[in-house]
Amino acid sequence: MQTMLHITTLHYLVLGAALFLLGVIGVLTRRNVVIVLMSIELILNAVNLNLVAFSHYWQGIPARFGGGPLALHGQIFSILVITDAAAEAAVGLGILIAFFRNKETVNIDEVNLLKW
Amino acid sequence: MAPVATPFFFYLFAAIMVIGGVMVITRKNPVHSALALIVTLLAQASIYLMLYAPFVAGVQIILYAGGIMVLFLFVIMLVSIERSMKEQTFNSQRVVGVIAAAALGALFISVYVHGKNIFPEGVPAMGEGDNTQKVASLLYGQYMFSFEIASLLLLVAIIGAVVMAKKRI
Repeated sequence: MQTMLHITTLHYLVLGAALFLLGVIGVLTRRNVVIVLMSIELILNAVNLNLVAFSHYWQGIPARFGGGPLALHGQIFSILVITDAAAEAAVGLGILIAFFRNKETVNIDEVNLLKW
Repeated sequence: MAPVATPFFFYLFAAIMVIGGVMVITRKNPVHSALALIVTLLAQASIYLMLYAPFVAGVQIILYAGGIMVLFLFVIMLVSIERSMKEQTFNSQRVVGVIAAAALGALFISVYVHGKNIFPEGVPAMGEGDNTQKVASLLYGQYMFSFEIASLLLLVAIIGAVVMAKKRI
């Protein structure tokens, strides 16, 4: 009960792992390309959650070990990951539109031109 | 100011996030998935606020829930969803996919159980009030080069998206 009521960094990591697994299941099992891209967004969000949780943890570490209130590196990394997610979504949806124009479908099983 | 009822709000937002994630990967209609993903992202912004990262929470709401999800909804409206609504939701490798994800989850659980003493325990210190200022001074100071690379990446992504989506250049 004490561990349930005391939110540590590990709780945030477990939540991030759960979201990551949901994203992996979505990528592996869905047939709609749009939802596969959304699952990738879920995975990136799980990574962001871990980064911000570790950033919060480092702020509680003494400054001589590299921590302190100025140790916001995890938040910087999460902002860069969000930038990356935006770029990935734009390019991925552009590819999706080009694909839909050629094949009239959004089913990922029909994207097999390069399949060996 | 001391945080109020942190465990309750953590479990509330964690439950919203997990339920939203399950909805994202199980709904047949992509619009429903997008709305569930927006709910998940907003709950995650609340979790960021609990972690004393208000700037990242704002970026999450403005850029993710406001920008990327609108892009997703536009594309869902551009492509026709009538045909995919009639088809099967999951593909033929769904059992293998869930088993692989379960194996990955078992790996995570074993790492977290065995590394419980390595992983941080105890209450982290409270963050400062001027979070945005510190993030900015780090972003424009120590991480200047990464910042420029990110802007270049966005430029390349814009050009790539236009080249992909345009009929004739």
